Amino acid sequence: MRKAYGLDRPLITQFFDWVGRAVTGDLGDSYFFKTRVSSLIAERMPVTLTLGLTGLVIALVVSLPLGILAAVRENTTFDRLVQMIALLGQAMPSFWLGLLLMILLGLQLGWLPISGTGSWQHYVMPGIVLAFSAIPALTRLTRAGMIQAIGSDYIRTARAKGLSRASILLKHALRNAAIPVVAIAAVQLGFMLGGSIVIEQVFALHGVGFLAWESIGKNDFPVVQAVVLVLAVIYVVLTMLADLMNAVLDPRLRGP
Amino acid sequence: MSVSVASGPRRGWKSLSTWIGALIVGIAAICAVFAPLLVPHDPFAQDLGKRLLVPFWMAGSDPSHLLGTDQLGRDYLSRLIWGCRISMLIGVTVSIVSGLIGITLGVLGGFMGGRVDDAVLFAITTRLSIPVVLVALAVVGLLGSSMILLVLTLGLLLWDRFAVVARSTTMQVRHLDFVAAAWCAGCSRFRILAGEVLPNIASHLVVVATLEIALAILLEAALSFLGLGVPPPLPSWGLMIAEAKDYMFFSPWVIVIPGVALFVLVLGINLLGDGLRDLFRARTDP
Repeated sequence: MRKAYGLDRPLITQFFDWVGRAVTGDLGDSYFFKTRVSSLIAERMPVTLTLGLTGLVIALVVSLPLGILAAVRENTTFDRLVQMIALLGQAMPSFWLGLLLMILLGLQLGWLPISGTGSWQHYVMPGIVLAFSAIPALTRLTRAGMIQAIGSDYIRTARAKGLSRASILLKHALRNAAIPVVAIAAVQLGFMLGGSIVIEQVFALHGVGFLAWESIGKNDFPVVQAVVLVLAVIYVVLTMLADLMNAVLDPRLRGP
Repeated sequence: MSVSVASGPRRGWKSLSTWIGALIVGIAAICAVFAPLLVPHDPFAQDLGKRLLVPFWMAGSDPSHLLGTDQLGRDYLSRLIWGCRISMLIGVTVSIVSGLIGITLGVLGGFMGGRVDDAVLFAITTRLSIPVVLVALAVVGLLGSSMILLVLTLGLLLWDRFAVVARSTTMQVRHLDFVAAAWCAGCSRFRILAGEVLPNIASHLVVVATLEIALAILLEAALSFLGLGVPPPLPSWGLMIAEAKDYMFFSPWVIVIPGVALFVLVLGINLLGDGLRDLFRARTDP
């Protein structure tokens, strides 16, 4: 047994062996499932990606309007309310929010299924919970970016040209405020995919995070290592994508 | 952005929220330190005859168990107070460990510049690509759950914000006149770092520390909830929620009580941290 998996060799050798093979796309075999780790992850990845994207979309839909409106009405009651919502969201433990939603929406009101993956409705509650972790940062950043943009010279020019208020805000200010938001949104998606392990466990969604959690319990370490590697790679790719998108949105960032 | 904060109402809501945060943190600190004296019952004593008693606001509650009892008949209020001790202990110790690592790296990178700074930046970006919850779970799963292991694991994973802030603030301070004066006076590098740079970036680090404590408390609760954090029967709030999960559909208060405690404590720490940041900012740029 130890020979078959190469566990009799020194840890350093095992590690470099694993890295060497991982580079070529070979993540080894699972001890428990007896199949290729890469196919296991490929099988579970759609659930996690769907969850992550649902969460990101919900987070953007909530935090962009909130951030813009708070910036437009800076220092009003509404602005302070939005900042308070961001603060409350930051303090909310995601697994607890998940359980509360299960009791409220699932059991008492019966609107949404409580756990599992069958239809699109199964992703609504976990998506909301996941979005909650990203909403505070995105809202604050949108607000700060918009405030900075509204106070800048080109907005004064646009106003002097006699453009309408909506056109100024959405075309000129938002476009400039969006640059940091896009970067953070991509990074947040990376964090969400990494953090979805808790939510997948709460809602029994059989994604990559759930796979990792199961595998930790079974000491199935090739799988755990592979999931960590895949999530780290996705994070790096997303960060790079964010930089590229910034260059597309903001010509000033393009090199000579 | 600092303009908008400075022009906002500092008195009124801002200072009120800071005081609320300070009050919450103060109560939690008292609970944490004096937990053995405050608990009305032994938080570990089981009494199966008194399982799942309801808290005081519901009909049929037992006045000797204000917040009711859990599925094994243990007094919920006592477990909640004991859990506060665990949360605060983990939050503070994790931020000490991560602070030592992050501040050392950040100050070195910001002060030395060049290759050292490149190495520090590389370490920060590498650290950011690691999924924290997953790696912490894997380490605890592999080596077994204990408080010390949990603190070390989280401490080794959460130093990035300390490093980022320490690095950028050191960079701002290092070219100021008093540092140059210290160089001229012939102070050693270490003396300048410890005597001139650190005291001047300390206020920023205190703010990071409060936010890190809040983050560590939330992460500990999440890990304990997944069964790979604080080992039972210790009453961590996350573990209390996990153990009560099977009963939540019939008696929702079993998960509501520890959850509210967790939420309020983290909110209080964040309010205090935000308040301190505004206070320090108002003092540095008038």
